[in-house]
Amino acid sequence: MTTRWNRKDLLGLRELSAGEINLVLETADAFKQVGTREIKKVPALRGKTLVNFFVEPSTRTRTSFELAALRLSADIINISAEASSLTKGETLKDTARNLEALHADILVIRHSSAGAPQFLAERVSSSVINAGDGAHEHPTQGLLDVYTIRERRGRIEGLNVAIVGDILFSRVARSNIFALTKLGARVTLVGPSTLVPREFEKFGVTVSHDLESVLPQADVVNLLRIQHERQRNEYFPGLGEYIRLFGLTRERAKLLKPDCLIMHPGPINRGVEIDSELADGAQSVILDQVTNGLAVRMAVLYLCGGIAA
Amino acid sequence: MTDSRTHPESSILLMDAAALGRALRRIAHEVIERNPELRQVVLAGIPSRGNEIARRIAGIISGIEKIDLPLGVIDVAMHRDDVGRRAELPVVQPSSLPLPLEDRTVIIVDDVLFTGRTVRAALDAITSFGRPAKIQLAVLIDRGHRELPIRADYVGKNVPTAPDERVRLRLGEAEEGVWLVRQS
Repeated sequence: MTTRWNRKDLLGLRELSAGEINLVLETADAFKQVGTREIKKVPALRGKTLVNFFVEPSTRTRTSFELAALRLSADIINISAEASSLTKGETLKDTARNLEALHADILVIRHSSAGAPQFLAERVSSSVINAGDGAHEHPTQGLLDVYTIRERRGRIEGLNVAIVGDILFSRVARSNIFALTKLGARVTLVGPSTLVPREFEKFGVTVSHDLESVLPQADVVNLLRIQHERQRNEYFPGLGEYIRLFGLTRERAKLLKPDCLIMHPGPINRGVEIDSELADGAQSVILDQVTNGLAVRMAVLYLCGGIAA
Repeated sequence: MTDSRTHPESSILLMDAAALGRALRRIAHEVIERNPELRQVVLAGIPSRGNEIARRIAGIISGIEKIDLPLGVIDVAMHRDDVGRRAELPVVQPSSLPLPLEDRTVIIVDDVLFTGRTVRAALDAITSFGRPAKIQLAVLIDRGHRELPIRADYVGKNVPTAPDERVRLRLGEAEEGVWLVRQS
């Protein structure tokens, strides 16, 4: 482990090197072990203050960051969009400066606009961690996904990973693409042509509109959530048609290799992206993803928050 | 304890390979003597050299008593009290200890005892796993300059040092031994 971490912020995985990604994964190994102790708490970030600033609603990511911070002994404040002065017309920059004036050391931000975390990172001295910004990136999700694959398969290099669903609007897909390709996986994006345009090939991935031809080679199938709540009608074929063409049904799952991992960033729409039985089946690592998310976020907070200010 | 080739330095040999071996054998005998219930003992090394020293002591004890003591790893990086004060963030590694710790004696094993802060962090780390019956400390070199009320139960060699000197330990390399290094 010769790579050093010298980033105060984690904004995306696109700018990280393979060595930096591996450093996060190895650090997460150490923090995962903490979760098995009688006292699941270490003093690594004692005295530091973390602000969870979620302008877009999220329960699982926010909770995961919150628990990660608590296990590192940091103090934590949660601020949601409704509670913040953003609704009163305060600009993002002013909000950030106010948070900084409270001596927040780490700012975890979820925002509907791509680039909001970077905007803040350039203006505040606190560490800024991107917890999902628009359709741009969701770096900790990408890291926990590769962590889970590495844990189960022992490596990333050479694996065939299929990412299925709404790629165009998915920050999870983008962060996964960057992490997986840097670590040497072969990535295939699958979905309707409206949601999986050919332009994605510039990231060094394969694009397919035929799920059944992709499944037999896959070592990992990562099913993205169909976000009906923000789905634009003109892109989306309709739920019934989506399930018929791209849903992982029991019938289709028979095409998978027996050791193929089934992943989903959650929350699952049972019966849409994935058949309910498969989500709970032996190939599913969906709950491992949740457990690993905590270890990966502890690692990220430790690395970004621990470097000398 | 890194090599510095750019600055001239002088080093004094404190222990050669034979002396190092003798010190480890003595520590092994003392561990056996002081722990009548030897089967309850866990040798927990602090990475990376503490692990190697713990492994060697366990090997010697196994030769004498035909008992293979369990080995543990205690990562202290996440228990340190100086995160954010050091230029470089310590690398964290997974800890492992045989569980449960209740009724066991955990012997912390490290290469050099200096300020005592690493041992304090190790004590913290161990108690987060449970409540051992006893915790003891074994070090190859005690170089003084404690900043905390901590002492070792087993010491390979006591070495008076100046605060700016360094102790260099070579283990598992062609030329094993311990040197006192002085920047000049």
